[in-house]
Amino acid sequence: MESLFKRLSWISATTILLILTSIFVVLFLYAKPAIAEYGLKFLVDSRWGVEVSQPTKPQVSPSTKSSATKATPTTTPKDDNIAVNDEDIAVSDEDIAVNDEDIATDENVAVNDEDIAVSDEDIASQVPSSADEAITADDDIDIDETSKHTKVIYGGLVPIVGTILTTILAMFFAVPIAMGIAIFLSEIAPQSIAKPVGIAIELLAAIPSIIYGMWGLFYFGPLVASVFGGSSVSLLVASLVLAIMIIPFMASLTRDSMNTTPNVLKESAYAMGATKFEVIKDVVFPYAKKGIIGSMILALGRALGETMAVAFVIGGVFTFPKSLTDPTVSIPVVLANSFAESNGISLNVLFYLALILFIISFAVISFAKFYFLRDKK
Amino acid sequence: MKKILSMTLALSVSALAWTINGTGASFPYPVYKETIKQFYSKTQNRVNYSPTGSGTGIKEVAKRHVDFGGSDKPLKPTTLKKAKLYMFPTIVGGIAMAYNIPSVSNLKLSQAAIEGIVLGKIKYWDNPLIAQTNAHLPHKKIIFVHRSDKSGTTFNFTYYLSKMSKTWRHKYGARKTISWPTDAQGRGIAGKGNFGVSAAIKTNPYSIGYVDYADALKNHLKMAVVQAADGTYSAPTPQNFAKGAAYAGFSAKNNFYRIIAYPQKGYPIIAATFVLLPAEKVQTDKKVTQFFDYLYNHDEIASKLGYVPLPTNVKTQVREYWAKKGIK
Repeated sequence: MESLFKRLSWISATTILLILTSIFVVLFLYAKPAIAEYGLKFLVDSRWGVEVSQPTKPQVSPSTKSSATKATPTTTPKDDNIAVNDEDIAVSDEDIAVNDEDIATDENVAVNDEDIAVSDEDIASQVPSSADEAITADDDIDIDETSKHTKVIYGGLVPIVGTILTTILAMFFAVPIAMGIAIFLSEIAPQSIAKPVGIAIELLAAIPSIIYGMWGLFYFGPLVASVFGGSSVSLLVASLVLAIMIIPFMASLTRDSMNTTPNVLKESAYAMGATKFEVIKDVVFPYAKKGIIGSMILALGRALGETMAVAFVIGGVFTFPKSLTDPTVSIPVVLANSFAESNGISLNVLFYLALILFIISFAVISFAKFYFLRDKK
Repeated sequence: MKKILSMTLALSVSALAWTINGTGASFPYPVYKETIKQFYSKTQNRVNYSPTGSGTGIKEVAKRHVDFGGSDKPLKPTTLKKAKLYMFPTIVGGIAMAYNIPSVSNLKLSQAAIEGIVLGKIKYWDNPLIAQTNAHLPHKKIIFVHRSDKSGTTFNFTYYLSKMSKTWRHKYGARKTISWPTDAQGRGIAGKGNFGVSAAIKTNPYSIGYVDYADALKNHLKMAVVQAADGTYSAPTPQNFAKGAAYAGFSAKNNFYRIIAYPQKGYPIIAATFVLLPAEKVQTDKKVTQFFDYLYNHDEIASKLGYVPLPTNVKTQVREYWAKKGIK
């Protein structure tokens, strides 16, 4: 029995560790192309999805050119040209590789010459006049897109700063309120009030985050904007919504750990002539310290990783906030907004960001643990 | 006895009825949803479509996870060939420039004004370029609202901008996500999804943004009258979308590959949405085309929801395309 119990607990602990490692490894593997592409400069680069023209790449440019030159003859013959085109594709794989960027990376417009050229002839046949303008316009786009070689630069600084700012602000708003609630519930309020209020607070913790997001977007954001100015989605709104979301966690955990203070200790303090404030400050808080800090760490973890609610109210704009009421963006929000539509390098960049978030959370939590919970000797 | 008969009948019907699954663009979702409902009550055949976004639609159908994929961004014929897909357009919709200026309710925007606003060159509402066509504009900062998620709507809107403005084309081009110049000036905010943008416009006075017409209508947003390619001003209405769609120039020869924004006449910011089919699954493709044939035959669903059905000649072409590929 004893050994079975030991083994079971050992297995469950190992499972968690294994899952954690596998998440880390998967994130790293998927992020690898992006890490190779952007390196550590990613951490300090504030540009996101900005196209930069690049000196011609040796691998890509010849094939692009060949596709362009091959495309020109296909425009002149009329109906049969598609068949010719087919062969072209079947033979030269390079061509397809270039044209296929749509599925592979999805990055650029690169509306390629041949397609439009073919379709233009068709317009000419369908809409007799007035098609000329469109043709020239289309050609313009094509030439521009194919002639210059661009590279899309991603930098993670704005979301990283946004994540840290929202978390710090949310903790700043939430900690005093949560402590107040906990003290009220465990020390001050009579049982008849403490019970229902306690249940109400735990209920708040059970509300799905998307509801906070909706509430923030439609009601709370405009309210904050009307009081503090600025727009209805901003850093301030996001931090406040985050604070509201983490208060119940902190409050109920803190209350529980405060409740574990033995009555003997409190009563002897009162007997020594201590006031209520002194008892809470000098007896309850020191006794419940570990639990309180644990609750803060949990809340911090939640604030760092909160996605849905923040996605609605933070604004999703890749700029540094100059004031509290400016919109910005955080790492989980970038992930939620871009994940469904990304592939290729832009997907790898998202994994890189996720990896960074993972590391930030790890660093913050372990720092908090070691710093606040070390045993004083 | 009667009961048993009716039961066996019901069973045999349900045995004949089939189910197909699709995923992709959210832009045509309201129309698909309504059509699916009617199609089911008429034929007992089930069509499932989940609005996950164009990118997912393309990816999922390319991997053959679904029977058809929806995309707002057409794939090039070469790509289609490589991925062994067929493609055809289903409906056309408009993208509206929705705005919120408390004192103005009939905003008219010239091409130069739109270009200036998106490029961040026009910073205040009473700028002469806007004031040319409007009266009583306040001296307030313009807040530009855009999508925060990657989206086909952004792609179509920026494609329109690329065709209209050379400066935009050189600097930004048409993409699903853009780092908007107005953001850098601190005058930009973003919303998640069409309803996020609508909510942001509604709750922030002096803002303007681009929203799917159907969503703008649903949210009672004020929509600007926009200068068309031929210089005339065109209000965002299904009639004007249809006028533009007539110049779409779809052709079966290249699998209907065409981005239709900025037509010669009619409302300029329009977009078609497409369906992708796996080429080798002839039997399921036939079911899919049966469903979309139903959609083509019931234009009133699209019109009622603020979309535009395809012009008749395009529908004929699509049907011929199906017949030619043997999937009708």
